[in-house]
Amino acid sequence: MAQSFDMNDDSVVVVIGSGAGGGTLGTQLALKGIRTVILEAGGRHEIDDFENDEWGMFGKISWLDARTTSGDWRVAKDFPGLPAWIVKAVGGSTVHWAGASLRFQEHEFKAQSTYGNVAGANLLDWPITLQEMAPYYAQAEDRMGVTRTNGIDGLPGNNNFKVMKAGADKLGYKDCHTGRMAINSADRDGRGACQQIGFCFQGCKTGAKWSTLYAEIPKGEETGKLEVRPNAQVLQIEHDASGKVTGVIYADAEGKQHRQKARAVAVAGNSIESPRLLLNSASSMFPDGLANSSGQVGRNYMRHMTGSVYATFDRPVHMYRGTTMAGIITDESINDPSRGFVGGYEMETLSLGLPFMAAFLNPGGWGRSFTSAMDMYDHMAGMWLVGEDMPQESNRITLHASMKDQHGLPIPDVHFDDHPNDIAMRNHAYQQGAAVYDAVGAVRTFPTPPYPSTHNLGTNRMSEKARDGVVNKWGQTHDIANLFVSDGSQFTTGASENPTLTIVALALRQADYIAEQMGKNAI
Amino acid sequence: MRTLDKRTKVTRRGFLKTAGAGTAGIIAVVNGGIVMGAGGAWAMEVKHLRPGSMATLVQMARDIYPHDHLADKYYAQAMIGYDASAGDDADLKAMLEAGVDFVDATASARHGGGYLSVAWEEDRVAILKSMEDSPFFQKIRGGLVTGLYNQPEVWAKFGYEGASAEQGGYISRGFDDIDWLEA
Ligand SMILES: Cc1cc2nc3c(=O)[nH]c(=O)nc-3n(C[C@H](O)[C@H](O)[C@H](O)COP(=O)(O)OP(=O)(O)OC[C@H]3O[C@@H](n4cnc5c(N)ncnc54)[C@H](O)[C@@H]3O)c2cc1C
Ligand code: SF4
Repeated sequence: MAQSFDMNDDSVVVVIGSGAGGGTLGTQLALKGIRTVILEAGGRHEIDDFENDEWGMFGKISWLDARTTSGDWRVAKDFPGLPAWIVKAVGGSTVHWAGASLRFQEHEFKAQSTYGNVAGANLLDWPITLQEMAPYYAQAEDRMGVTRTNGIDGLPGNNNFKVMKAGADKLGYKDCHTGRMAINSADRDGRGACQQIGFCFQGCKTGAKWSTLYAEIPKGEETGKLEVRPNAQVLQIEHDASGKVTGVIYADAEGKQHRQKARAVAVAGNSIESPRLLLNSASSMFPDGLANSSGQVGRNYMRHMTGSVYATFDRPVHMYRGTTMAGIITDESINDPSRGFVGGYEMETLSLGLPFMAAFLNPGGWGRSFTSAMDMYDHMAGMWLVGEDMPQESNRITLHASMKDQHGLPIPDVHFDDHPNDIAMRNHAYQQGAAVYDAVGAVRTFPTPPYPSTHNLGTNRMSEKARDGVVNKWGQTHDIANLFVSDGSQFTTGASENPTLTIVALALRQADYIAEQMGKNAI
Repeated sequence: MRTLDKRTKVTRRGFLKTAGAGTAGIIAVVNGGIVMGAGGAWAMEVKHLRPGSMATLVQMARDIYPHDHLADKYYAQAMIGYDASAGDDADLKAMLEAGVDFVDATASARHGGGYLSVAWEEDRVAILKSMEDSPFFQKIRGGLVTGLYNQPEVWAKFGYEGASAEQGGYISRGFDDIDWLEA
């Protein structure tokens, strides 16, 4: 059962973070018989701790350590201290995620070849292809129980979906359905079926939605090869004179520091903390931070082109009933530059409860324009727009020059400027989203600005050549053989799909590679 | 479709004394530290701020987020916490009192009386609009986002049902009961 490894045991693999990337990698390594310690900054909150309470759960498990923002993105104005919505708890953001699980398309792995040179964008092709990813996508879909794969039925459509579907049909969109969701439509893998509770973003009370917290980690722990140490925030990765990493320093719940030794280290703290940790681990041998010979650590920060459209109708919808992300239109997820931008976007239903709607419908808004919309809350339908954004070198995570966190380390600043391609795509998506609702008689539509980033990507990107990125096609850093990156910060480009299926598929693939390299004593 | 009964139910909650459901109306300061809604619909005791300041803050709250189906007591509930906070935090207290003074002074200059005496909402809103970038206004507005909309008592009035897991989710309670879309 659950193990406990010695701090001086230098034969273990240390994984930093227990979310989609880290929780999957750690579990898979344990299933392969590799002794693994996952260090997780947050606490362990099991399903019993989940509450159907938006602000309550937000306060309980979000990453609220100080961060700053800069750049021209609207989030910097609306939520200057909260650039991203990320979970700090065992399970990471898979506790709060909605469950949309889509494969990338072939051309999205070849962004530079497909889109050509886009001014101001730091585009690159992935060093892997869809073909190479296919078996791992299949494995990930099976593991996560993704609907519409492996013979699993789609979820039933809720009211919010039915409005979207009716509009999509009227508009002539061809591909609108209840999505490929890592949510059980029937009992599977020891977890029950979705009860349409409607608080997917607050942690799924039935466990129908896949999360590393209860769908992966316990399986790893059962092998006796995995220890998950909560309240263990890694502050620094250490290395020896040969440049190999040797372990990490972490702070426990009381702020007391410990050293955990390691044979290899995998960083999976999500795309703000992962580069921050590499930068904060600078040493005399690596003065610019670990694995940063390319200077790309922290750069090319992507957050997807996002926005939402809400619409009010003369009759009730009650969109909050049932799955939060209850359906999708994929017709716009193509590369058709005649629309005025490269890359594509998805349209996915989304609902927020009244408390979150007040905060996010039009941040800063007040007066009757705002309240008359809120008055129609139960007559509202909504969708989220998510598309490929352009990687830009200057969009980056840096260490703040003066502000320090509770452990005395520089906090991260998240700088983001919208690329003209992002803006053109957002405007198109707003227009199409409104058209879907207008087609079924919307009274008013609302182009809602981006929320704090839930898809954080690209800050330790994968590249064929060491000079272009931080990690190779296995997520192994170009500079240090026994140091890996295992989360969405590996993404070379963002594609138009929600990222988690790809993060999980990459983690499963990386586990095979780490096992092989350890078997050959290469690391 | 299953819809919600949005009528007001009389409840008592915490510090705020409610004598009835009440309707939007004049907010007044009665003797000592008591601020009272129209017809005695609700009352609260103010200890640290000037009672008149609290009455103005409650009116401001309604003018910022006006919902005609919400009685003043919900706005009072959203603002009451500032009294205790002002007791603990002298800077906050100074900011709130100065903010109210500014609002009143602007109202006097434009209409010849304090903010509470300005009868039309649009005139009061124009005063608020002129100061919407001030830290005082932003503090009050920002606080209301949770102070007003995160009160479980108001949710049903917007047709929001709150927690659902305890009731088995919506699988048998109308998650797909929309009945007005054309096929
Ligand atoms: C509300 C919401 C809805 C979403 N919906 C979807 C969706 O429908 N589909 C989809 O594909 N994606 C969705 N996402 C995004 C998805 O959750 C993330 O892409 C995914 O979880 C990222 O995986 P990760 O491993 O990179 O990081 P995370 O899952 O965020 O895990 C990172 C973990 O590392 C820990 N950590 C960080 N730094 C340290 C440190 N120094 N030491 C120790 N631990 C550390 C954190 O506490 C955290 O637990 C959603 C996200 C949110 C917030
Ligand atoms: S709607 Fe389904 S997936 Fe979402 S929280 Fe409820 S049971 Fe879980």
